[in-house]
Amino acid sequence: MKIKAGVAILAFFTLMAIAGPLLIGADPAATSNDGLQGPSSAHWLGTTQTGQDILVQIVYGARVSMGVGVLSAVIATLLAVAVGLVGGYFGGAIDETFSVLTNIFLVLPSLPLIIVLAGYLPQRGVASVAVVIAVTGWAWGARVLRAQTLSVRRRDFVEAARASGERPLRIIFFEILPVLLPVIATSFLATVVGAILAEAGLSFLGLADLSTVSWGSMLYFAQNGQALLIGAWWWFIPPGLCIALIGTGLALVNFGIDEIANPRLRTIKVRKARA
Amino acid sequence: MSDFVLEGRDLTKHFTAARGGRWGRRPPVRAVDDVSLGLRAGTVTALVGESGCGKSTVARLLAQVYPATSGEVLLHGEPVKAHRGAAFRAYRRQVQLIFQDPFASLNPFHRVRYHLARPLRIHGHVRSDADEQEQVAELLERVSLTPVEQFMDKMPHELSGGQRQRVAIARALAVQPVALIADEPVSMLDVSIRLGVLRLLEKLADESGLALLYITHDIASARYFAQDITVMYAGRLIESGEAEALTQSPAHPYTRLLLESAPDPDRVTAPETVRLGEPPSLIDPPSGCRFHPRCPLVMPVCSERVPERTSLGEGRWTHCWAAAHPS
Repeated sequence: MKIKAGVAILAFFTLMAIAGPLLIGADPAATSNDGLQGPSSAHWLGTTQTGQDILVQIVYGARVSMGVGVLSAVIATLLAVAVGLVGGYFGGAIDETFSVLTNIFLVLPSLPLIIVLAGYLPQRGVASVAVVIAVTGWAWGARVLRAQTLSVRRRDFVEAARASGERPLRIIFFEILPVLLPVIATSFLATVVGAILAEAGLSFLGLADLSTVSWGSMLYFAQNGQALLIGAWWWFIPPGLCIALIGTGLALVNFGIDEIANPRLRTIKVRKARA
Repeated sequence: MSDFVLEGRDLTKHFTAARGGRWGRRPPVRAVDDVSLGLRAGTVTALVGESGCGKSTVARLLAQVYPATSGEVLLHGEPVKAHRGAAFRAYRRQVQLIFQDPFASLNPFHRVRYHLARPLRIHGHVRSDADEQEQVAELLERVSLTPVEQFMDKMPHELSGGQRQRVAIARALAVQPVALIADEPVSMLDVSIRLGVLRLLEKLADESGLALLYITHDIASARYFAQDITVMYAGRLIESGEAEALTQSPAHPYTRLLLESAPDPDRVTAPETVRLGEPPSLIDPPSGCRFHPRCPLVMPVCSERVPERTSLGEGRWTHCWAAAHPS
């Protein structure tokens, strides 16, 4: 049930991000003379101070927000898998080095670091923001994966693979990785949430690329235009609600995966459990 | 001595205990002391002993899973040290392992075909995909998993315990080893299918000249299955000999107790009351013969000195003061 609701929310936003701009076809930055109007039949979600359509901005913003979220989660997960699995499997000096590295990144205060890094970026494109968020956000996943690898590498089938002469990297990625997929998926989704929030935060502080429309930058301009003071609720509620909803959707899917992967949390009857 | 395919000489393994000892000093666990064991081609050798006596440690020492504290492992009469890297892989080509638990030893995410094709590929036994298909089918046939087309694409969870263990055996065979170490290969299986798996191992040892080490706590199955039996107690070997002779006339009192403890439908009267006792701690093993606190034939010398090997002829020997000085 949780997973269905979560998937429905995510599917809605994904569809919006992919197909929405094509359907609407308007320019999200285009200004008009109808500034600061409430929701109407012409502008379903109203307009900004400079007469930009909020609905168009939301739809285009979904692309940037989710794009940054997914891209940085992909980078962060790749880093976490590489560091966590390799360190956990080999142990010894490699593990020590990787653990120290992970711990350093864990205790770094990530938001100030993101702000500093983003401030020094040569150009503040979507990709570079995603990289900055990934660099500060991979350590948590690496730590979880290392702990799991430590337990899986002692299992018989890993010993057996070693006994048949498999090479270490092959064992890590073909024997251990599949077993850890639920954990990796969970940490990936959590990282997506984190990255979307971080991107919104960065944009809100005006540190991301403000010429591209994202939910964060909408909030930034709403704040700048004192939307709250003048009572223009349609300006800041939609982007805020979108961020909250997508976070909820991802969290629901996460709980759902947890329930399936962890039998002790299983409340629903799963018809055919995979090994 | 060179007719041994795989041989362990004076193997000793001391582990460091996780805790215990006075003033934070960690005492060693004397898991295995002075164990010498040889495997011949085409022969099944059994290593028998109760839980915790170190028989699995012997298996792992022979398989070079971890290094021995002292002593050496010889393959075809030549000492080998291969714990990592390319040397370890080369050693694996000669000596293979079968694990105890078939439910844990197959990766739940890979099909039977993958489990068998990987060792073939790694060790360069296949030329092409068609060749691989053919060899996988042949392996499945050798372990009697037929029809092979049906089993090839099954996931481990679709197989029973016995079928899984057959896949594990086929995987070990895919490497084409000269020696096979089976650590309690049937103890996790249902009693009704144990015999089938043992017969299969016997047939394989016979047909392809494999040297097979069968490790078990069940002396009755060892008697049925193995040509030679070596008995272990608390990390030391205590008796060895041809299976039938050893089980008919055990020389060591521990072997006698072990045999009496096996259920026997023909025995009408209750067995003689035996002295109770527990296997000793391997951190602080008894002095002299490690069996002396439980031994019905205990003599003063038993607690003082470790008994030497006493040869009883026809390849039989024992470590027992009672056998060394028959009264």
